[in-house]
Parts: sequence; structure tokens; C-alpha cells
Amino acid sequence: MMTLQEIKKSLFTSLWFMFLTFPIMVIKVNTIEKTIEWRWERMAAVGLGAFVLSFVWRYLIQRKEAGKKRAEVGSEDKVPLIPRLMSDRRFYMPGLMATIVMVVAFPFVFSLYQTNVMITALIYVVVGLGLNIVVGLAGLLDLGYVAFYAVGAYSYALLNVHYGVTFWMALPIGAALAFLFGILLGFPVLRLRGDYLAIVTLGFGEIIRLVLENWNEFSFGPSGIANIPKPGLFGLDLSLQQSTTFIYFLMIGLALMTIFVVRRLQDSRIGRAWIALREDEVACQAMGIDKTRTKLSAFALGATWAGMGGVVFAAKTTFINPTSFTIWESIIILCVVVLGGMGSILGVIVGALILILLPEYLRAFSEFRMLIFGVILVMMMVFRPGGIISDVRRTYKFEGLGNKAENRGE
Amino acid sequence: MLELLDINTFYGNIQALKGVSLEIAEGEIVTLIGANGAGKTTTLMSICGAVPPRSGEIKFEGRAISDMRPNEIVALGISQVPEGRRIFPYLSVAENLDMGAFLRDDREGVKKDVEYIYGLFPILAERRHQAGGTLSGGEQQMLAISRALMARPRMLLLDEPSLGLAPLVVKRIFEIIRKINAENKTTIFLVEQNANLALKVAHRGYVMENGRIIMSDRADQLLTNEDVRKAYLGI
Repeated sequence: MMTLQEIKKSLFTSLWFMFLTFPIMVIKVNTIEKTIEWRWERMAAVGLGAFVLSFVWRYLIQRKEAGKKRAEVGSEDKVPLIPRLMSDRRFYMPGLMATIVMVVAFPFVFSLYQTNVMITALIYVVVGLGLNIVVGLAGLLDLGYVAFYAVGAYSYALLNVHYGVTFWMALPIGAALAFLFGILLGFPVLRLRGDYLAIVTLGFGEIIRLVLENWNEFSFGPSGIANIPKPGLFGLDLSLQQSTTFIYFLMIGLALMTIFVVRRLQDSRIGRAWIALREDEVACQAMGIDKTRTKLSAFALGATWAGMGGVVFAAKTTFINPTSFTIWESIIILCVVVLGGMGSILGVIVGALILILLPEYLRAFSEFRMLIFGVILVMMMVFRPGGIISDVRRTYKFEGLGNKAENRGE
Repeated sequence: MLELLDINTFYGNIQALKGVSLEIAEGEIVTLIGANGAGKTTTLMSICGAVPPRSGEIKFEGRAISDMRPNEIVALGISQVPEGRRIFPYLSVAENLDMGAFLRDDREGVKKDVEYIYGLFPILAERRHQAGGTLSGGEQQMLAISRALMARPRMLLLDEPSLGLAPLVVKRIFEIIRKINAENKTTIFLVEQNANLALKVAHRGYVMENGRIIMSDRADQLLTNEDVRKAYLGI
């Protein structure tokens, strides 16, 4: 509705935006000729754009609120679209087949570059699912997760340089080392929760990176480690194209294994303990759950997947140095989990694909790439705060002996 | 069944319990009453291992439990309904109950107990798929008690079950407490500010003040005791 009040609101919004963007959009200083160029026509564009967009924004918010109200009024709970499609056999089987065909055909249809991007995305799927254990299931905010990724990558690189350890040997070793580091981080943060925990994990991540950067004798410092061998296949000589395809399928396998294990963990006793820990720590203890073990296991198991992802990362890029393991990486992985939907496996997969593939394909927009990326993130959190595919938890079937089990969507 | 021998509990430098001793026999309902900050909740925390006493001894069926971890104490058969209910807000009622049975392995027994709970609190059966956080205060308290019962405890520790509830709901909760005690022979240790109601339900009572037990007697005796009436019953 175009009431006077609405127009007034939008007018203020556009004025505010004109004011905010004034320094960067309007003033252009030419430092060579020492002149200032005033580009007023740009201000008009910003004002008009903000005016129109503020209407769109309010319309969308209204729609969202209306949707919420409708959901409250409706008595039967609505299962969201995607889980509903997933549980419907008619859509599920063909969908699954199409996905399998697409996944298998991908490296043969698309270019080497595309396959490489996809491998990166798959590494993030695995690592994201690992962080999902810590953040999504156990509810422990970990901002230093990339440290375990670094542990995995460096354990392969260093073991290979010094002892000639192969990729296949390094994969379990990297996972085990990351597991150990997970416990190492777990101990000091056992008593912490929420913001404090986040800060300590942030510090931990930075410590690992700084050690790698400064301890030259151990990690070769900022110059990093080059010529890390790609994974071998029974000693065959692989061309670049072939070995990339091989790593692609290796990552598909690793991702499938991760999905399988995380699913099993979710439904297990320890998965229930994590959920209890996330929901209420005091009550969790009152249930007879060992808080110490639950927290440590979340950190350690989450770290394991990061370690494996790190080993593959080192093998894929064949060169690593500390700049690959900055806080920014942690943030991206956390975004994968939060954007995808905390606690939801499918959500994390979709989140990883979007977050990694989107910036790649937005390269066409060059300098606006990160801006568009940021806008999409903000929009997502406003309109789908639960993530792209929010977690529809399984309800335990304790329907009792007398009653018929009601059919509930998973 | 449970014995506290001269325990001293501290929060940092502040001593909350000063030589507390009490005893609870099997099958009893014992209440601990007292004003705000008397140390009632701390006594419970000491028993369940969340804030272990610095000195003194706690014995459960003759075994010293003062050094045990909270989860080990629950495994012995002491279940706790924490203050402020503390149900899992985003889990459904059924899942909350299931969490209560975390340490149990007998699926059939758990199923039966869920039925028993639904019989005890029909409202919970009605809301079994509803998230715990959307229940009313009284329903949440019922759920918290039910969840503790799911562990099949031999001893139930209740911390202020009347907190923030309407008088009618409180009455109903106390009836259930008595029923649980009578039907399952569950020993109950009830910490309450609502002294009047607590003493009416309990067999015996302890009165606490400034971290010390100052009086203990049969519940009906305490109800008629002049000092208790003046200080805690407001009559």
C-alpha cells in the first residue's frame, strides 16, 4: 500500500543512503591533478534506488510476517518443501538418480577449472560437516576451526618432506593428529560457554597460524611448503587432468563417508548427548550425561574431519603456507554451517556449494563480487534465519503402547 | 539412605554451608525449608555433585559420593529436578522424556515408563510433539519432574517445584509428588520456600538458616511449632 506514511519512510531511507554513500559515490579526488570531481548524478541514482528498494524490502518483510502468522494459525505443522520432497518416493528416487549421474559425469563434462572449483567446494562440504558437529549439534561456537584444517594440511606436507609419507598414509595420520589437537583445545575450554568459548577458540586458531608462520625450522615459515605430491593411484602415472578427476572422486567418496558417519553419530547416544548439551548445560548434567566427555568428543570428532579436509587440500594445491589458514577461512566455514542451516546435513552441503561456487561464478562482476556476496548473506539471515534448509529433527518414536504411531515427517 | 555428615560448601571464598548434617531414610519424603539464601539449593548442589563440599561426607546407601562426578551420582539412582525446571526448550515433550532415560538401555522399560508418565500427566501426552519451551510454567514443571522420573531414580531431589506457579497448579504438583512417593516408593528430598505446603506433604522436615540446620522434626510437629509458624508460615 502506497500510503503517505510509507512514502515518508522510504524518503528518509533514501536520504540516509545518499548521506552514507556520499563520500565514496560522489567525491572523486584526482590525486595527480589535485582536483575534486563531484558526481552528483550518482547521488540521484542512489537516492532513487534506495527509495524503490526500501519498498521491496518492506513488502518482503510483510510477506514473511504474514507467512509466520499463517503457520501459527494452521494447526497441523507444515513440513518445509525440501524435506517433504525428500520423503516423497516419487521425487526422491529420480532426484537421487539425477544427482548421481550429475556427480559422476561432472569432471568429464566440465573443464579442469570447473572441476577444481568443485573439489574446493567438496572439501568445504566435508569440513563444514565437521564443524556442524561442534556448532550445529553440540552448540559450541568455534571460531578457530581452521586450526585443525591447518594441522591436517601441515601434517601431510611435513611428513612428506621429512619422511616421504604418501597421501594415503597421511590421511589417517592427519585425521588422528587433528583429533588430538581437538582434545588439546577441548581441555582448557571445558568450563567456558558462549562468547568466552568463541574468544578462546579464536585465540587458539591464531596461535596455530602464528606458530606456523614464525617457527621457520619446523614449518618453513611464510614461504610454505611446495611440491607436495598429489594422491597416487597404485603407482600409475597420472596426467594433470586425470589426477584432478581422481581427487574429485576421492572427495566425493570422502564426502559420502562423512555424511554417513555424521548421520550415524546424530542418531547415536553421543549425538543425543550433544543435543542435550546444546539445549541446556545444567539439565544435561542432571540427566547423567558426562559433560566433559561430551564436549571433548564434539571438539575431537569435529576436528577429525577438518584434519582430513586439510590433507586433501594440501594434496590438491601441492603448495601450502600459513596464509591459507587465516581467520577468514574459519569465518567462511562457519558461514557454510550457519547459512546452510545448523544441524542439518543437507543444509551444510548446499551451504558449502553456494558459498564456494557463488564467489567463483561472480568473478564476472569482478569488484562487486564481495559486495553481492555480502548482500546475499544479509538477505539470507533476514529472510531465512534458520538457514537455507533448516534442521527438521527426527522425532523419536516413543508413541507408547496403546496409541497408534502418528506419522510424522522426519 | 542418604546421609550428610557435617558438610561445608564454598562458592569461592564464601561459605554457603556451615556444617550441615542431615539424614533421609528410604521411602521418606523429607523437606528442607528456609528463607532466600539460606543454603537450600546449595545443599542439593552438594548432593548431586555440581558444587562438591570442601569438607564433610555425603553417603548414599553407605557409599561416599562426595568425590563423585555428577553423572556418576545420577547413575547411582539420584535424579534431580533442577531449580527453574531447566527443560530442553527446543526438544519435544517426548524427546525431553527420552533424554531423562539417557543412561538406560531397556527400550521396553522406557516405553512403559513413558506410558506411566502420560497416565500421571495426561496433558503431557496431549503435547508430546510440542516443543518443551512452548509449554506453560506448570506443564514445564510436570515435564521436569517426569523427565527426572524417566531415569527410574531411587531418590528424587526436587528444587523449588512451586517456583512461579499458580496456587492451584502448585497443589496439583504436590499431590503428584506424594503419589510418586506412595506408588513407587521413591524417596524424595524436597527443597521448598513454600513451607506450609512442603510440610503438609513431607514426613519430616529440616529448617535451614544462614547455611546451618537450626531445627529438625516430624513435619506435623514443625507445622505447629511456634517459631517455625512465625518465621516461615507467616501466621
